[in-house]
Parts: sequence; C-alpha cells; structure tokens
Amino acid sequence: MSLQTMTYLVVGFTFALYIGIALWARAGSTKEFYVAGGGVHPVANGMATAADWMSAASFISMAGMIAFMGYGGSVFLMGWTGGFVLLAMLLAPYLRKFGKFTVPEFIGDRYYSRTARIVAVLCLIIASVTYVIGQMKGIGVAFSRFIEVDYNTGLLVGMGIVFVYAVLGGMKGITYTQIVQYVVLIFAYTIPAIFISLNITGNPIPQLGLGASVVNGDTYFLDRLDQVVTELGFAEYTTQARLSTLNMVAYTLSLMIGTAGLPHVIIRFFTVPKVKDARSSAGWALVFIAILYTTAPAVGAMARLNLMETIKPSGGENLVYDERPDWFKKWEGTGLLKFEDKNGDGRIQYSAKADTNEMVTVDNDIMVLANPEIARLPNWVIALVAAGGLAAALSTAAGLLLAISSAISHDLLKGVFMPNITEKQELNASRIAMAGAILVAGYLGFNPPDFAAGTVALAFGLAASSIFPALMMGIFDKRINKEGAIAGMIAGIGVTLLYVFQHTGIMFVASTAFLGDMKPNWFLGIEPNAFGVVGAIVNFGVAYAVSRVTQAPPVHVQEMVESIRMPAGASAAHAH
Amino acid sequence: MAFKSKEDAKAYWSENIRLMLVLMVIWFVVSFGCGILFVDELNAIRIGGYKLGFWFAQQGSIYAFVALIFVYAKKMGDLDRKYGVEEK
Repeated sequence: MSLQTMTYLVVGFTFALYIGIALWARAGSTKEFYVAGGGVHPVANGMATAADWMSAASFISMAGMIAFMGYGGSVFLMGWTGGFVLLAMLLAPYLRKFGKFTVPEFIGDRYYSRTARIVAVLCLIIASVTYVIGQMKGIGVAFSRFIEVDYNTGLLVGMGIVFVYAVLGGMKGITYTQIVQYVVLIFAYTIPAIFISLNITGNPIPQLGLGASVVNGDTYFLDRLDQVVTELGFAEYTTQARLSTLNMVAYTLSLMIGTAGLPHVIIRFFTVPKVKDARSSAGWALVFIAILYTTAPAVGAMARLNLMETIKPSGGENLVYDERPDWFKKWEGTGLLKFEDKNGDGRIQYSAKADTNEMVTVDNDIMVLANPEIARLPNWVIALVAAGGLAAALSTAAGLLLAISSAISHDLLKGVFMPNITEKQELNASRIAMAGAILVAGYLGFNPPDFAAGTVALAFGLAASSIFPALMMGIFDKRINKEGAIAGMIAGIGVTLLYVFQHTGIMFVASTAFLGDMKPNWFLGIEPNAFGVVGAIVNFGVAYAVSRVTQAPPVHVQEMVESIRMPAGASAAHAH
Repeated sequence: MAFKSKEDAKAYWSENIRLMLVLMVIWFVVSFGCGILFVDELNAIRIGGYKLGFWFAQQGSIYAFVALIFVYAKKMGDLDRKYGVEEK
C-alpha cells in the first residue's frame, strides 16, 4: 500500500474515532460542559492532561530544538515537567476543593472583586489565544506535509473536527477524545524512537540507548556525538549551555511557573471527584508526559548523529549531492532543508562556520518528522507520525478553546454581565462562545500574525507573571487582599510585557524594539523568553507590600481560605 | 467534617507546609542543583555513556519530579487521615 493511502487510512480512522466519541459524550448541563460532570477518574484525567499539555511544539519541535541545542535544550525538558510538581503541591488540590468551574472565578471570589475577575479573564484570554495560534498552524502544517492537501484545506478540516467534538461535548467530549489522542500520539512518538535506538545502539529503550554504546564499536553514543559535532566546529553536545547559568535557571523557572499557571491545564483538575484525586492525578499526568519527555532527548541526539553521519560518514568522504537520499530531496522541496554548493565540489560540507557551511537551512522540525524516513521505517510508522502530530495539535487546541469559551460564557456573561440567565441559556452561550473561539482561532491560523513565533513566550510570560502568583498567594497567604492582588497582577504583567516588547518589538514588530534585541542590553543577561520569573517575583513583591498597608480581606474570605486548605467537605464542582 | 480544634487546624497546616518545603528542596536540588548549578562538577562522574550532570538535566530530574508528586499525594493522604479531614 502506498504511503499516501496508508496515511489517509490511519488519519481518517483516528478522526472517525474523535467524531464517534463526540456523538457519544454530548454535554447535557453546564457542569458537563465545563468540568465533564466532575467524575473523571484520576488516571484518565492524567492521560487527558498529558494530551492537553503536550502540543504540536512538544511533539514536533522539542526534539529538534534539543538536537541543535544539546545540553542547553534541558531548559525545556525540566521547565515543562517541573511545573507539574508546583501544580500538584501549590495549586491543584486547593482549587479542586474550591470546587467551581474556572480560574478567574477563583480569583474573583478570593479577592472579592469583579475587577480582579475581569483582569484574570483578560490574562487568560491573551495567554490562551496566543497559544492556540501555534496549534492551528501545527494542524495546517501537518496536513500539508503528510496528506499533501494545501495548508488552508488542512486547517479547515482540523477546525471542523474540533468544532464537532468541542461544541457538542464541551469538557466531557474533550476529555474522552484527549485520552484517545494521548494513546495515538505516544505510540507515534515512541515507536520510531525505539527503532532508531535499536539501529544505533542495539538497545530498544531510547532512555537507555542514549547512555549506551554504539552498535559497531565500543565508544559510547554520546561520546561519539560529542566527537562528531566538535570536529565540525560545533559546541560539544553534552556541555553546550544556553547563554549563562543564570539565564538557564531563569528560563527553566519561567517555564515551570508558566506551566503551573496555564489555565487550560489547571481546569483539567476540576474534573476529578476529590481533592485526593487532584493530587494523584497530577502525578499520573506527569507519568504520561515523562514517557515522551524522557524519549525526546534520545530522539534529538540520535537524529543529530544520523544527520551528521549521512552527510559525512565517519572515516568516509562527504556525501555527493547527486547521491543524496530521497528524504533529503523531499524535505528540500518544503524549504526546510536547503543546500548551497559554496565551493563547487558537488559534495555537501556541513560545519559551524558560516562561510564554508553548505547546509544553509536545517529546520528544527525536520528532526521528528523526517526521523522515520531517515531510519527507513515502514510506511505505517510514517503514517502514524502524521496522526500523532495532528493528535497533539488538536488536543491542545481543544483544551485552550474550552478555557477561552468558559471564561467568556461563565466569567464574563454569567458572572458579570447577565447573572440572571438560566443554566440552559448559559449552556447555549458556552456553545456559541466555543464556536466563536474556534472561528477566531481559525482566522488567526489562516492569517498568522507576524508575531506568531514569539507568542508562546508571551503566553508563558503572562501565565507566570500574573495568574500563578495570584492563585498561589490566594491560597497560602490569608492577608493578601483585593488591592494587593490587582496591583501585583498588573505590575507583574507590566514588567514582563515591557521587557519582552522592548527587546523584541511591540507585539513582536521588530522595528519597534526600542532597546534592541541585543545581549548587552539584557537585564543580567536574561533573554526575553526567560523573563516570566522576574515578572512573577515583582508580582509577589508588589502584592505583598500593597496588602500590608491596606485593609485586611473580609472575614468570609478568610474563612473561605481556611476551608479550601482542608480536603473534607469537598463537593463536586458546582456553579454557586 | 472539620478539624476538632483550632490547634488541630494549625498543626495540620504547618505539617503540610513542612512536607511541602522538604519536597520543594528536593525539587530544586535535582533540577536546578544537579542539572544546572553543579552540572560541571557532576559531569566528571559517569554512568555508562551518560555524564551525570547531563543525565540529571535530561532524564533524572524528570523521574524525580514524578516520584515527588506521588510521595506528596501519599503523605498528604496520611496527614488527612491523622487529623480526620479526609474525604468520605
């Protein structure tokens, strides 16, 4: 069977599954729409959270970034997993005990303020919308590369699928599709990794293969990789740091705090029956995430070696351009791989020096997508990778869209503007909000703004500097009041946005970067993407100081804090 | 269901905070400590092909995070029962 037919079959089958689940898991109440009825098993929720969390970026881009950043890529590995420890210990159980539907709702109640709730809604919407653009692009790209329909058609099909199961099923439909999507994506990620690890090291477990020796020889794989890259003038793979130690610490910490503060992840913990389940569910989520995240370093490193050795086999001559393999030609066609014969010898030279390097473009994303072809794996594996990439993008998009639509229908409409609507009306409103969110996200996917590439950093920066500190202090410090929380959130976001924009341009329009994207101008040498943690520290400091000089929160709020600190008496998530 | 006394509520919360701080210290040491701050020193030690610091940064810290959450969930369950505030 041709690769084309096989891909249609595998992707078509997974899509049929998602639609089937949508029809089976229709939401009949707001509780089902917002929190899947509150009865999701902690292990099932862990799996859904893993799919929710792992986006097109985790699936497609991360291993490629690690392949080229080496040790420096560890900031993503630690940052995007370590946040779950913070989530499990600092937020999830308490927010579950609070027992309502959305993150802004907690902030509104805890800080007895509509203003705080609206500020939180704004932060949530900005963070989630910027994040969803990347997923929409991922869907379009995956379709266009694997199914060979054009980007727009692919995006339209993707939007249609999300529309069916998210609008009909809400959180209930999303939860069950995310579980299936996790299974699809984890097989799609690990199967090629196992084959490649077997090829290179003879060890079928990639996590062990990375530390094993290569098949034909007694050198360790990582030593071989270090040797191959340094010979060509690249930094040593296992020690290549990202800028400075301080920058690595700040980057990792920003990603951790941002992870714990992203609303679409937090609301997943509202769906489990008990506080106890929220704690263990975070652990299960991380187990399922760790399967991919501990495989990724092996995928990245092995893909790097494969690429280098295809171009220059050890002890052999550089590859003759006319004899390049098929996958090389295929990816040249996409523009993600580009060769320029600078010295005119018809062979490919790959080196760290810009004037002699002839591999002028090697896109990060190729590493995962081309891996199965480089390793000559069977067609069904390549088809599975296509379905896996789509599953990763769809599941994250759906989670984000739910966070956005519930903030609009539950926090803005029901909470602020039209408190008297019935449950039935609210359910309809949430469906309309969902449909609207999908259309907006789709529009931004069709016309990706110039700033799309920088927006994930913005989403993490906002979550880290506004949402996380407000939630954490609301639970751990009874004295934090309305004035402190609002001032803290605004100061935190303000500092982060100012820093990101002054170095990368206002809304990432480069010409407006008034301080320039230059290292000498960076505060303590911290890159803009790593600045969320500084915003968070400012938020904590301002909120603490302002609260101490203004009036203490009312008694009923202090009692509420007392009650969320104690697991007993948790009821299922409810509206009032 | 509630605490038997104000003292109980205080004691429960401070035991919770103590547990959390211990686990957060471990969280910090396995990731920021072993993976970043002391990575060069640890890289002198090797397990198979892995330099130890590199292993912590790309593998070990993640395994430790998983273990930390389950230890926390287990210990908090015990604490809830000790003070009689577990969910029925």
